[in-house]
Amino acid sequence: MSEDFRDFGRRARANPKFLLGGGIVLLFLGAAVLSLFWTPYPINRVDIEIRLQGFSFSHPFGTDQYGRDVLSLLIAGARNSVAVAVVAVAIGFGLGVPLGALAAARRGWIDEVVMRLSDVTFAFPVILSAVMITALLGPGAVNSIIAIGIFNIPVFARVTRGAALQVWTRDFVLAARTSGRGALAITRQHIFPNITGLIVVQMTIQFALAILAEAGLSYLGLGTQPPQPSWGKMLNEAQTLLFLAPHLAVLPGLAIALTVLGLNLFGDGLRDLLDPKLRGQEMLA
Amino acid sequence: MAIVLAKRLAALLVTLLVASLAVFIVMEVLPGDPAAVMLGVNAREDTLAALRSQLGLDQPAWVRYGRWVTGLLTGDLGRSYTYDVPVATLIADRLSISLPLALGGMALSAVIAVPLGVIAAARRNRAADLGVSIFAQLGLAVPNFWFAILLVLLFSVMLGWLPAGGFAGWEAGPVAAVRSLLMPVLALALPQAAILTRVTRSSVLEVLGEDYLRTARAKGLSRRAALWRHALANALIPVVTIMGMQFSFLLAGTVIIENVFYLPGLGRLLFQAIAQRDLIVVRDVVVLLAGAVVLVNFLVDMLYVFLDPRLRRESANV
Repeated sequence: MSEDFRDFGRRARANPKFLLGGGIVLLFLGAAVLSLFWTPYPINRVDIEIRLQGFSFSHPFGTDQYGRDVLSLLIAGARNSVAVAVVAVAIGFGLGVPLGALAAARRGWIDEVVMRLSDVTFAFPVILSAVMITALLGPGAVNSIIAIGIFNIPVFARVTRGAALQVWTRDFVLAARTSGRGALAITRQHIFPNITGLIVVQMTIQFALAILAEAGLSYLGLGTQPPQPSWGKMLNEAQTLLFLAPHLAVLPGLAIALTVLGLNLFGDGLRDLLDPKLRGQEMLA
Repeated sequence: MAIVLAKRLAALLVTLLVASLAVFIVMEVLPGDPAAVMLGVNAREDTLAALRSQLGLDQPAWVRYGRWVTGLLTGDLGRSYTYDVPVATLIADRLSISLPLALGGMALSAVIAVPLGVIAAARRNRAADLGVSIFAQLGLAVPNFWFAILLVLLFSVMLGWLPAGGFAGWEAGPVAAVRSLLMPVLALALPQAAILTRVTRSSVLEVLGEDYLRTARAKGLSRRAALWRHALANALIPVVTIMGMQFSFLLAGTVIIENVFYLPGLGRLLFQAIAQRDLIVVRDVVVLLAGAVVLVNFLVDMLYVFLDPRLRRESANV
């Protein structure tokens, strides 16, 4: 184990945001993985006899309007959120980071084109892209992934470009250039290692935003469709039952908020740990 | 200065053009036959042919795009297929709800965020700062539509003070209309306020370290006066910028919140148009909302250049 790694571990243990956020994120990921093998009750088991029950020993979070176990639905909902967010962030990362690095390395018209395209993409908030996709293809989880993924591309492109541009002006890069190294080699050997921390932190922010966006789209009926469980969809269904079973409107929202809070805290903590210079600055998507 | 303006203006026009082209391609060219999308799978061939001709689909794509853009510039947005009224009338009608909602949300978020941010910065690392920081973290994490549902649960279901949804209409009097918009504006303002609070705090903290503040204090100005009169005025520039940059999120929030409260604004119109497959309305509303985002970002960009002389010189050199 290297000294750097040990030092990181020491500082991580003393960073409450990182620890608390990391704990929440682990809990959320654990629930998502667990739901692949096990939920307290099968998520699609309908039993009208026990519909809209409150908290009890056999159903800790009660049951919904079809008599399904709410705890099981919440656990399975985590899987849906993780799946959509992971793919959407991967799309943004996979396309945005190379584009941003290319823009920074080449500058000139390539930079201009990448930046103008990102301006255009920014003009379409996730919800507008999802609306257009739904108008054509009908609603579904894939819509959410495409819409959120597309929006993530310029975010990663801009963050990568901005950070890479700063590294390009540093002396060691200048030395590499004068020694005749190509842009690709410099990007791989000098630029990426110096901006990894920033990109990782941005990933946690985008992950949190993706979970919020997925929930919003599913709430509106544009995203995940039944019988696939999703937190946003659960909130949509609960809204009509506010008088009868208010807890149904509270729990899925709490799950979303807790997960996003965990990711944000984890991201803040990670930023402090990776780059003390950035401490206290606000990161915005 | 004129060169900077011309460059930014050119970039604005290109962005608007490409955005409109993107919407046109996605809505009209990619899927094949919009008439079939609008009428459904069981439509008769002669009905389809009639609609195609009515929509001008028998014309080449570039002619249709040209007509559409000309229409957008002259205010002729076509006719809604389901409502059978000009889309421009429909949009103007719905804006009477969406605009007050969005502006109200933005104003309220600033009213909440600026004092909280200043207090947090002035009392850095003390209890007030921690409290504000917790508020900001929660505001960022809570989805606005869930917060909206919780507001309904509290103020409509439990207390019975406010209507759970719907819009009485401006003709029912300002009190009824404001009552309908109160919870939506609050729900819209929360996440914005959380972001703005963090920005205000760090912006004020940055300004607090500047020499001119020390000078102001040395001249005998009280801490409070230096903070609110000198520090805040300078710290507000980034806050205003972020407010502009957050406009697209505010817009997205408006679309969701209108659906939570069944408010007949632009967002609700968009969803009704999707459900009714009224692609003309979908296309026009989407491009107008996207255009609004581009325009606001441009204005903020320009404002920033005007306010910060350093940027003016840098921009001229680019």
